[in-house]
Amino acid sequence: MNRYALWKYLIIAVSLLLGLLYTLPNFYGESPAVQISPLRVSAIADSTLLQRIEDALKKANLETVGILLEEGSIKVRFADTDIQIKAKDLLESTLGNEYIIALNLLPNSPQWLTNLGALPMYLGLDLRGGVHFMLAVDMEGALEKSLDRYSADIRSTLREHKIPYAGFEKQDKKLILKFRDTESRARAEAELKSNFPDLGLNEKEADNRYHLIAAIKPEAQIRMQDSAVMQNITTLRNRVNELGVAEPIIQKAGADRVIVQLPGVQDTAKAKDILGRTATLEIRMVDDEHDLDAAIRGKIPFGTELYEERGGSPILVKKQVLLTGERITDAQPGFDKDNQPAVHINLDSNGSRIFKQLTRENVGRRMAILLIEKNQTEVVTAPVIREEIGGGRVQISGRMTSIEARDVALLLRAGALAAPMDIIEERTVGPSLGADNIARGFNSTLYGFLAVAIFIIVYYMAFGVISVIALSFNLLLLVGLLSIMQATLTLPGMAALALTVGMAIDANVLINERIRDELRAGISPQLAIHAGYERAFGTILDSNITTLIAGIALFAFGSGPVKGFAVVLCLGILTSVFTAIFVSRGMVNLIYGSHANWITSQSEKSGYPSIARQVARPYLTMIMRLTKIPSMPRKN
Amino acid sequence: MELFRFNRDIPFMSWRRQGAIISIATFILSVFFIATKGLNLGVDFTGGTVLEVGYSQTADLGKIRSVLADLEISDASVQNFGTSREVLIRLPIKPGISSAQLSETVLGALRQIDPSVEMRRVEFVGPQVGQELLENGALALLFVSLGIIAYLSIRFEWKFGIAGIIANLHDVIIIVGFFAFFQWEFSLTVLAAVLAILGYSVNESVVIFDRIRENFRKHRRASITQVIDNAITQTMSRTIITHGSTQMVVIAMLLFGGEVLYYFSLALTIGILFGIYSSIMVGSSIIMLLGVKREDLVKLEKKPLENDGAVV
Repeated sequence: MNRYALWKYLIIAVSLLLGLLYTLPNFYGESPAVQISPLRVSAIADSTLLQRIEDALKKANLETVGILLEEGSIKVRFADTDIQIKAKDLLESTLGNEYIIALNLLPNSPQWLTNLGALPMYLGLDLRGGVHFMLAVDMEGALEKSLDRYSADIRSTLREHKIPYAGFEKQDKKLILKFRDTESRARAEAELKSNFPDLGLNEKEADNRYHLIAAIKPEAQIRMQDSAVMQNITTLRNRVNELGVAEPIIQKAGADRVIVQLPGVQDTAKAKDILGRTATLEIRMVDDEHDLDAAIRGKIPFGTELYEERGGSPILVKKQVLLTGERITDAQPGFDKDNQPAVHINLDSNGSRIFKQLTRENVGRRMAILLIEKNQTEVVTAPVIREEIGGGRVQISGRMTSIEARDVALLLRAGALAAPMDIIEERTVGPSLGADNIARGFNSTLYGFLAVAIFIIVYYMAFGVISVIALSFNLLLLVGLLSIMQATLTLPGMAALALTVGMAIDANVLINERIRDELRAGISPQLAIHAGYERAFGTILDSNITTLIAGIALFAFGSGPVKGFAVVLCLGILTSVFTAIFVSRGMVNLIYGSHANWITSQSEKSGYPSIARQVARPYLTMIMRLTKIPSMPRKN
Repeated sequence: MELFRFNRDIPFMSWRRQGAIISIATFILSVFFIATKGLNLGVDFTGGTVLEVGYSQTADLGKIRSVLADLEISDASVQNFGTSREVLIRLPIKPGISSAQLSETVLGALRQIDPSVEMRRVEFVGPQVGQELLENGALALLFVSLGIIAYLSIRFEWKFGIAGIIANLHDVIIIVGFFAFFQWEFSLTVLAAVLAILGYSVNESVVIFDRIRENFRKHRRASITQVIDNAITQTMSRTIITHGSTQMVVIAMLLFGGEVLYYFSLALTIGILFGIYSSIMVGSSIIMLLGVKREDLVKLEKKPLENDGAVV
């Protein structure tokens, strides 16, 4: 009867071993480290770089605990955060901006564990500190922007084909082209149809004019939205790289949202600033023909805009954009020949061609370089074009400090956002609160566990001990499972861990109560154990499935911390069913199993007394003597 | 050790009327408070900004308020959080001002007054996100309720499904009622606790229903009242021990879990206490009210399955 086959014990042993193995890394803690990874493909992390880093650190007398090269990046461990920060500053100045140099925490677990894939649980931002942003892409803004681009393109197409038009307007997400006769409208329509397949065209007559209404097709809008989000993600990734974050998470969430998580970031102001900024560059021509004073009084000539030049003087700039920041391949801070801070920009081949052409055609005139940041446009500089500039190298200088030059270069290098973005959710946790939260979660679980353990042992005696061992096994398996899955542990997740302890004991209580019931009904202890487990099984399953339903709903509809709670809750239910039913039964069988326990029966079967039997017997008899039935109520 | 041993069945079902009065009264009170006082919804649902800052000494709340006043931030709430050195500042959503700047401005201003101030936590939730979280919460509640009804209907009978869910929603309404009455902050974690309670306390009903089914099979002559009373009495010990254990863990969370887990564990406490009551008095009363019969469950048994609960 109360005997388990060998394979059942093997399953228990294997799961115990795996649980131990994968729980182990969580006890080693983490040590501060600096992670160096190449920013561009041209730079690689190899043994030469490793040597360079080692030498630099040695020269500065900064002691390392370990240094390793893996997966294309180099990680250097330090004894404390002071050295870590010093080393980061040192490496930033020695290695230059070819590399991302980020602060990180590395698990201290020994190499053989890491080789087995045993890593500590992944801590959520509320436990390790950091920033979580949810950004929404402003699709209206993106649409507006692309309409502006279309209107410039349509104008130049019409001009190119010498199609006369009487008016051009932008009205609620539509472009309205006005013609004097149907013939030129028909020509324009044919031309636009072949050149801009994403535009839907409609004809309309009004005020003696023949209108052609162009709007972006819905399917093209969806495509635009997707590509805008994707481009924004790429841009954000570049910007985050500039910030130097060890394990950033940047992912799409829903149709028009992006989640950015920056673990361990302390300077949140800087992070927000860099992420939220939508800097792009535009090169346009300065309008010197029209009257500037009249424009200042409010009579802004058609096709121009009034801006302020850096330094405060107003300037009239044509609306037509000749070149945008998308053509920039690199931007570096530096100095011009007068030793003024400047930004050096490299353009791609297309950009170089356009720039060459525009400088050739406009010698003697002024061009304006505009920096657009978060809906604010500023003319950085408006130099006179002296000669044709080829080779795609542009230099912007003009009344900026070297810090400004560095920031502008960073923003230009990181690229423009395809559509403006707003932060719609932010959760920042400071490092001290993170550490506090870990302690809170840990203490809740620990003291909760101790209280339950003492109570159950006092109440059920021997069977209580078995239940508590099963419960610890459950906790071990759960933590091991979370580590294997690398699920994100949050503070609510730790609450779920504690709660699992409280709830998992239910299964054991059900079983123990059942056994007592059966004993009261006058069945022999052996039968009572058997019947207790059998009868309790259905109830345990039912009650856990209902909790599982709640857990799954929480996972499906919850966000952030609540998801963390749900994951632990669901996994905890699975492990607790396993340990309460399967493992505790195994222990009970081993101790009480049919008066002859597994070890003795095995050795008897094989015909000679095994060593196991000789070793185990004194302990088993002791356990039996200590725990045997007196602790359980006998027949009434 | 054995605390709960009953020689005779406790006549729970004869107290049905009193139970119903208590339940309906608390239920109506809860609904009344929810309707009149409303919930003190956290920033997760209303949108807005929450800043938690820590000082090295006792924080001067008056000074912080005057700093906020200087920044022309009205209707901000400033209060101690946990200890006297930690302060929680709530800023409502202001159209036109980006929260990202808002929290940095406030922090900057506080730093000027006292450089020792330390940023512990910033939470900003935009209005549309808050709305979504609320909707998702309601959806989750609906999903759990339907899931539980469906599961109990399959495993037992529809009457048990209805009874189980009413007993549990009764708990949920009472938890929410408590939060409305005391104006405790109802945050996303509290919602998680409420949903967890929904799943957890249905266990209680399941255990009793299981016994009822078993008793129907065993005691063929017994009346329905006897069957139910016996089932509840038999599971009484388990009820107290299990809930006692869970409550011990929840108390540990109340004591050591800090502010974030405080209301979470408070919600669990109310849920556990009322869960015991509701599954004994409410769930069983409702199956009686719905007119449960032996045939409802014993019919199930006639099918060739004694593999009670093997795979469902």
